[in-house]
Parts: sequence; C-alpha cells; structure tokens
Amino acid sequence: MKLRNFYLASAMAASALGLAVPAHAADVKQVQVLHWWTSGGEAAALATLKSYLAKEGYAWKDVPIAGGGGAAAMTTLKAMVAAGNPPTASQILGYYALDYAKAGKLNDLNVLATKEHWDKVIPKALQKFTTTNGKWDAIPINIHSVNWLWINKAVMDKIGGTEPKNFDEFIALLDKAKKAGVIPLALGGQPWQEGTMFDSVVMSTGGPAFYKKAFVDLDPTALKSATMKKAFDNLAKLRAYVDPNYAGRDWNLATAMVIKGDALVQVMGDWAKGEFTVAHKVAGKDFLCYRFPGTEGTVIYNTDMFAMFQVPADLRGAQLALADAVMSPAVQSAFNVIKGSVPARMDVPDTAFDMCGKKGIADVKKADAAGTFVGSMTQNYAQPPAIATAYTDVVTKFFHGEIKTSDAAVAELSKAIDAAK
Amino acid sequence: MSAVTPAAIMRAHPTRRSAWRSRIVIYGLLIFFAVLYLMPLVVMVMTSLKPMSEITGGNMFELPHHLTFAPWIKAWGTTCVGLTCAGIKGYFWNSIKMVVPAVFISTMLGSLNGYVLTKWRFAGHRLVFGLMLFACFIPYQSVLIPMAVILGKLGSIGMNMQDLTGYSLGFGNPTVNLVLVHVVYGLGFTTLFFRNYYEAFPTELIKAAQIDGAGFFQIFRRIMLPSSAPIFIVTVIYQFTNIWNDFLFGSTFAAGDNAPMTVALNNVVNTSTGVIEYNVNMAAAIIAAAPTLIVYVVAGRYFVRGLMAGAVKG
Amino acid sequence: MTVSALTPVPRARVSLRQRLQNALPKLVLAPSFLLILVFVYGFISWTFLLSLTSSKAFTNFHFIGWGNYLKLWTWTFERDPPSNWYTAIVNMGLFGGIYVVFCLSIGLGLAILLDQKIRGEGVLRPIYLYPLALSFIVTGTAWKLFLNPRIGLEKAMHDLGWTSFHFDWVVNPRMMIYCVAIAAIWASAGFIMALFLAGLRGIDGEILKAAQIDGASSFQTYRRIVIPMLRPVFLSAMIILINLALKSYDLVLSVTGNNPGGAAELPSTFMYSYTFTRDQMAVGSASAIIMMMTIAAVMIPYLYSELREKSR
Repeated sequence: MKLRNFYLASAMAASALGLAVPAHAADVKQVQVLHWWTSGGEAAALATLKSYLAKEGYAWKDVPIAGGGGAAAMTTLKAMVAAGNPPTASQILGYYALDYAKAGKLNDLNVLATKEHWDKVIPKALQKFTTTNGKWDAIPINIHSVNWLWINKAVMDKIGGTEPKNFDEFIALLDKAKKAGVIPLALGGQPWQEGTMFDSVVMSTGGPAFYKKAFVDLDPTALKSATMKKAFDNLAKLRAYVDPNYAGRDWNLATAMVIKGDALVQVMGDWAKGEFTVAHKVAGKDFLCYRFPGTEGTVIYNTDMFAMFQVPADLRGAQLALADAVMSPAVQSAFNVIKGSVPARMDVPDTAFDMCGKKGIADVKKADAAGTFVGSMTQNYAQPPAIATAYTDVVTKFFHGEIKTSDAAVAELSKAIDAAK
Repeated sequence: MSAVTPAAIMRAHPTRRSAWRSRIVIYGLLIFFAVLYLMPLVVMVMTSLKPMSEITGGNMFELPHHLTFAPWIKAWGTTCVGLTCAGIKGYFWNSIKMVVPAVFISTMLGSLNGYVLTKWRFAGHRLVFGLMLFACFIPYQSVLIPMAVILGKLGSIGMNMQDLTGYSLGFGNPTVNLVLVHVVYGLGFTTLFFRNYYEAFPTELIKAAQIDGAGFFQIFRRIMLPSSAPIFIVTVIYQFTNIWNDFLFGSTFAAGDNAPMTVALNNVVNTSTGVIEYNVNMAAAIIAAAPTLIVYVVAGRYFVRGLMAGAVKG
Repeated sequence: MTVSALTPVPRARVSLRQRLQNALPKLVLAPSFLLILVFVYGFISWTFLLSLTSSKAFTNFHFIGWGNYLKLWTWTFERDPPSNWYTAIVNMGLFGGIYVVFCLSIGLGLAILLDQKIRGEGVLRPIYLYPLALSFIVTGTAWKLFLNPRIGLEKAMHDLGWTSFHFDWVVNPRMMIYCVAIAAIWASAGFIMALFLAGLRGIDGEILKAAQIDGASSFQTYRRIVIPMLRPVFLSAMIILINLALKSYDLVLSVTGNNPGGAAELPSTFMYSYTFTRDQMAVGSASAIIMMMTIAAVMIPYLYSELREKSR
C-alpha cells in the first residue's frame, strides 16, 4: 500500500502551499472592486471604468459575484468586512450603503468631494445615500429610473399601437398585442422584478404625492387606502398579459424576448436598454422607450453606487483615483451610454446619448426640480432592506396568487411593514 | 467476501420460463432508470456541442446537425467571468490547489481520530465522538460571519509574520483559508467513516503488537494503514466531491482571483448578452464537473466496495 | 478495565516518556477536537447569543430576550397569506418527506435489482452514481433547462407529436418545490443505492439459504429477512438524507430562479436571506438555532442508541 506516501505527500503539499504564498502584496496601484455586474450590458459598461483606470496606471482586481440580484455579493461583502479585509470599493444599493457608513466601515472622501464640488453636481436626493454626517463615503455612477416601458418597434408597428398615455390605454395596447398573437408583456417572475413593476403601477395609480406618502413616509392611511387597493387591482390586470412561463425568468431574458420580437413590451428599469445596446439595436428605430403610462414627469430612481471602504494607507491613493475616475464626466458619460442609465452628475452633456438617454437626462432634471424625483421602494431607495423586502414579499405573493384579493394584499402590506420596522 | 448473495439464492430454483420473464423485467427496469439518469447529462453534452441557432430553433433531444467544439473552447479559454474574459481555466487550478490539501489533511486527521476513538479509548470517548459527529449537521450559512472574523484574525497574524520573517506561512491566503474551512467541516464525516471502519478491525492484532513493544504510531503505520485502503477510497471520494462542489464557502471567502470553479461557473451561467449561451454554459458546467465525474466513473467500483467494508455500518 | 481495551503494559514506574506515550492518543485527537469545539460549538453559541439580540445589518450585542423566537413562533401559524416561515416549514415537510421516501425506495429498488447477478453492473452502477459528482449549481442549471416548458421536455414532446403533453411545474410557483425535489432525488438516490448495495453484499448467505429451504418466495425473503437486516443502512441513509434535505440551498435557488412568489422557501433560504440581505440578522440566527435544535432532536436519540450498542 502506498498510504505512507499519501501522508508524506499531503504534509508536503500543505507546507509548500503555506510557505510559497505571501499574504499581502503591497501593490498600491491597484483597486479591488466587488460587483455583480456580469450581464452583457452591465459588464461592458463597467469595462469603461476599468480601462479608464488602466490608462491612469491602476490595475483592476475584479471580484464578480453573480446571482440573486446581488444577494450573494452582499454576503461576500459582509464576510470581507467582518474579516477586516474589505475591497477597495463595492457596488452597493441604497440603504445598504448607509448600513456600512453607520457602522463606520467607510472612508471619508471629502478631500476630493470639496475640491470637485460634488454637492453641486449630484442631485440632493442621492446625497442622502452618499454622505453621512456631511462626509462623502460613497459615490454614485449613475441614475436609473424604473418607470419605463421598453417596446419592440416592429411589433408595435405591426399591431398599429401608439404610446399609451394612461393605464387604461396601456391595457388596450396589451389587448391589441394579445389579439395579434404576440406575448404582450415580457416579465421575469422574480420577486424584485414584480416589485419594480409595482413601483411604477403605484406611481401611475396614485401619483407622486401618494407614492411619497405611502412609501417614503409609510403613512398607515395611505398604505391601507383605496388607492393602494386600486394599484393592486391594476397589477392583477397586468398578470393576464404575461406568458405562462414567466416565473423564475431572469430580467435580461425577458428583455431578450422584446429584442427578438417574441413579446411587445417589458416594464423594467433602464438597465434593460443596456441589453438592447449590446444587441446593436437602435432607439427609435428598433425599439421605443416610453415612461410607464401615467408617470410622465416623475422619475422613480435607483442609483448604482460604489461604497469606499476603510483600506490600509497604501491603498488609499488608488481608492481616491477610483473615486475620481467614477466621478469624471468622461466615465459617467461612457459608462451610462452603455448601461442605459443617465449620469449621476447633472453637468454631463447628453451629446453621446441616444434619444432614450436624452429623454432620461431631461426627465431627471425636470423631476428633481419639481420634487417628483423619488426613490424606488423595491430597490431600497425608499426604505431600508427589512421593509423593502417585506414589501416585495407581499407583491410577489399577490402576483403569484398566494395572496388572493387586493383587500388581503393591502391588509398584508401594512402588517408586513409593521413587523419589519 | 461471500459469493452467496440473496439474489444468487433466489435464482436457485425457479423454472426456466419465469426466470426469463423476471430477467427481462429486471433488465427493463434497470435500463429504464439508467436512461432517466443519463438524460440530463446527454442533453447537457449535446447542447454543448451545438451552435446557438440549433438550440433556440431545434429540439433539445436532437443530435447536433453541425457538430461544434467552439463552445468548449470558449468556456475553457475565452468566456467572460465578470470583466475578465479568459475562460474558466484559471479557476480550475484554483479548485485543484484548494481541494487536494483539504482532502489530504481532513482524511489524514480522520484516520488518526478513528484510530484513537476505537483502539485507544479513554473515558468519555463516546461523548467526544458524538460531539464530533454532530459537527456534520451544522448549517453552513450560520457560520459564515464568525468564520470570517476568525479568518480575518488569522490574516492579520499572517501580515505580522510576513513583516517579521518574510513568510506568512499561508495565514490570510484565501486558498489556505478555504482549506482550513473545509478541513474543519469535513472532520466530522472523515472521523465517522474511519471510526466505523476501525471499529470492526480485530483488536487482538493490536494487542499482540503492543506486547511486542510497538508504539502508537508504529501500530498505526504497520497494522492499521496497510488494511485501510477501502475506507481511504470512500473518504477521499466523499471529501473530494463535497469540497470540489462547494459554492457557499468559495463565494464567501475566496471571491475574485482565488475563486474556485463553482464560483466562476456561477458567474458564467449568470453572464449573458441578451441571449443565454446555453452551449457555452453547458460546456462550462461539464468542465466544472469533470474531475468528480472521472473519479466516480473510475473509482465507483471501489466506492461500493469501500462502503461494504464498513463505512455504512452505523 | 474501563479506560481502554489496550491498557499500556507496565504500570509500576511511570516515567516521563511513558506518560507522554500514554497521553499520545489524546494529543493526536486534541487538534481535531479543539477545531470542532471552536468552529462548531463556539459558533453555535455565538449564533444563539446573536438570536437574543436586536442585530440587524451587523452584529450587535444589545440583548432583547426571546423576541425573535416569539416572532418566528407567531409566523409559524400564519397560513393565509402564508408567512415566509410558514412556507419554509411546510415546504421542508413536503420536500423532505418526498425526498427521503423516494431516495430510499429508488435507492433500495435499484440496489436489489443490481444485486441480481446482473451483466453490465460495472456500466450501470456509475450511471446511477454520477449525479452525486455534480455540484448543485450544475444539477440545478441542467434541470432548469431540462424542465423548462419553452425549450425543454414539454417542447421536445410537442415536437415528437405528443401535443397534449403538459409539464410546467418549474415555472409554476405552486409546483416548484416538487421540481426541486425531483432534481434532488436524481442527485442523491444513487448514493443511497450504493449504501444499500454495500449492505446487501454484506448479508450472510447462510441465513438466506435457510429461508429458501423453508420455502419462502424471493419476495417474502426480501420483505421478512433481507430488508429487516438492512436496518442499520436505513438509519445511516436517513441521517444522510435528512441532513442533505435541511442543508439544500444552492439547488433551490438555481432550479427555481431565485424563489418567485416566495413559494420555494425552505428554512435554509429563509435563514440566509434574513441574515444577509434582509438586515434582520437576529431573526436569521434564531431560525438557525431552531434548525439545529430540530436536527439535534432527530440525531441525539439516534447517536445515543447507536453508541450504546457499540460499547460492547
């Protein structure tokens, strides 16, 4: 028997491994970035940041963790921070950034922020998530809005449809598509996708004042109101227009259905446009972008941010370079042209953007001025994760029939939100 | 081992006719299940050898019309894992680097533990074994955060050592961390396997050796090890499969450059440009599973033999 | 002698060397035991403490008593609409029951069939065993593709002319948990088969011969003699299966596409999401403790009886 050799070999292998690998390479010209942007359009957009940094002489250490809309990535981030070994920066959403900031895990970027006057160029609403006690510790690379329709133009022309201006017209348009034998509504039946769609439905049904009252202030009467019930009823109407295989489908596959003309329309945030762009489709010619019917003039936003973690002093320079790169107008333009979103900086010219991007930029400016620029509930920009997930729970259970009536849904919504507070 | 199995006896008497009939039923059932079992793998392999046009347009049970190996080449060498488009080959070696020491160490410790717990018993040996066995049942999701804290501490020890001596001895290295994690949570299983195997091992032999003046390690080396091959095979296969296939620990403690295969595979499967490249995904999945598949096909016979030799007795 | 079957030989004068020799077995065992004490029992205690706190996104040690357990307790009875915890428990029962029963019966069935002096056993056995070699991510990806009505099984059947064939469980939230069970059974039944096969091969032929002489049919022989003799294998297999069922996590998410409608929730996914994405770490910890107590309730009587039996 060669079991003795087995033991020897294992001992050798273990020690060789232990001795050969140095624990930390003090390469200061390097940024380690954790993200879950692995889908085509997303990865291509992020690559613009990577190449910008490469030109400045900084290496990019990629830490991609796909899946679950960032759930797996958030776990890894938590573990890295708990180990005292955080990445230089991590993609982060909404209230999660505030969690880390409150726990004192983020680095102060005011050196850069004051010099570059970030507070002048970033919308005030976003600064709630990027600053803590007057200190910048996270930076937004874009502004997404979720109240969009993405429509295949060829299908639209075939069925003779026009832009729906309100919810009823939207239903009429979907009926037309159904009659023509196309899947009217492309949806991926995952909790966050249904929640994102419901954000728009609530806005369309109740308007911005109601949305704010219900989701930002969590006003109990608004949450239990007839308007909220009507919003659930409207959501139920949409259920009739999805294909039977929608449950569990990823969002980009639903987008692909619209790209290929299998489906007429997808209700999705503007990251969907990134998929159109990667598929070489042109806005206005191959596809159309309209605001979700009845939400023109409002923007339900979320923003992708990079949280800047406390890193050893020798990585501080690289971290600031990364922050500078993210905030540079050139990157904000190039990144967002591909990603489908609009720049977080309000002073970036819209010349490089297509018609949807131009509309997006104009809409954000208008909404910000009019006070109709509100955070997405599903995406953690209206409430912290505990409440936001309680909300998506109710929406997805209603959409899939676990909660049977809109009355029950309204009651359940207030109860779930109370339990999560 | 005895040649008289239940089946052999069952077949001793019946008439030729009914024997034929029951044979047909037996083979029929076995083949039916074999087909069921093979179907997903066959579909995976066929999908991986088709161009995309055939996958979206065609039938998944159809043989490829235009056989192509491009998806395999892409999966291995050029597909994108996050922003880096260099295929999954690098992660393959990450997994090997992590799996081999983890399997060796946990198996080695398991065999020693089994030896102590059966042949060198002490007061409370049963409690000790019971406590170690229960380790198999801890839900891994609940240990992630405290584990991260401890690994972080080890990492800072490693840094200090690096500064003092120039060597970190592996402390803080993500691969070493994963080895540690897998050794710790594999110990329950390996100890169980070896304990059950050695339990049946005749104690007289050891007594005799002891009287001859042989010590603890001598007995282990000269008497126990030479007859432990079957259980080593079972344990190594079991550990190898579990560790190779782990996703949770890999993605939590070694994301990025040091990520094992499963983490990279997950990123590939979730990386899509509008249309999922099923063929590349399936090729990547098969590559990711290849080492364990080979182990099972080659060593499957020894696996059952090893189990027979005592791993399952309780 | 209570201490050991093998008492170290001379006892008269204990030298240092001798004492070291005596302590050696314990010294060898000590590192493993210490690792387990810290990384298993230490962590369990830590999780328990955490479950009594108000921890949200991060750990804090502000103790609030049993509030998190009370929360889970009320959720246990919320059926309409089902709370996540209620769904998790119901699914655990459904999934666990189906999984254990089918794995045991398919495993035993295949083992008995394979034990009939089959030609080609060497080919068939690895076929039944290979799914065990695949990671749950691969298994999940393959079954999600295979069961998808638009491109998988249903479409294939339609193409073959069987147009009334309908199988949409994987996209029907109510049936999804069964799809998870199918994939899980496929993945582990082979291992159970191997355990039973090993058990069958270990049975003493003489006993069976005696039964045969007494005129028992083969069916009776299996039912009355062989299967009862496999009792220890049944127990080992059950333990392994229950353990796998409680821990299945990756498979659920990959087969169902991240749990639409919350319909495929299991205690493991519940614990994970509350701990890591829902910022309710203390609730997640409480659910982990409940999971571990359930496992302990199953395991401890078993371990106790097994270890007692062994102490001849």
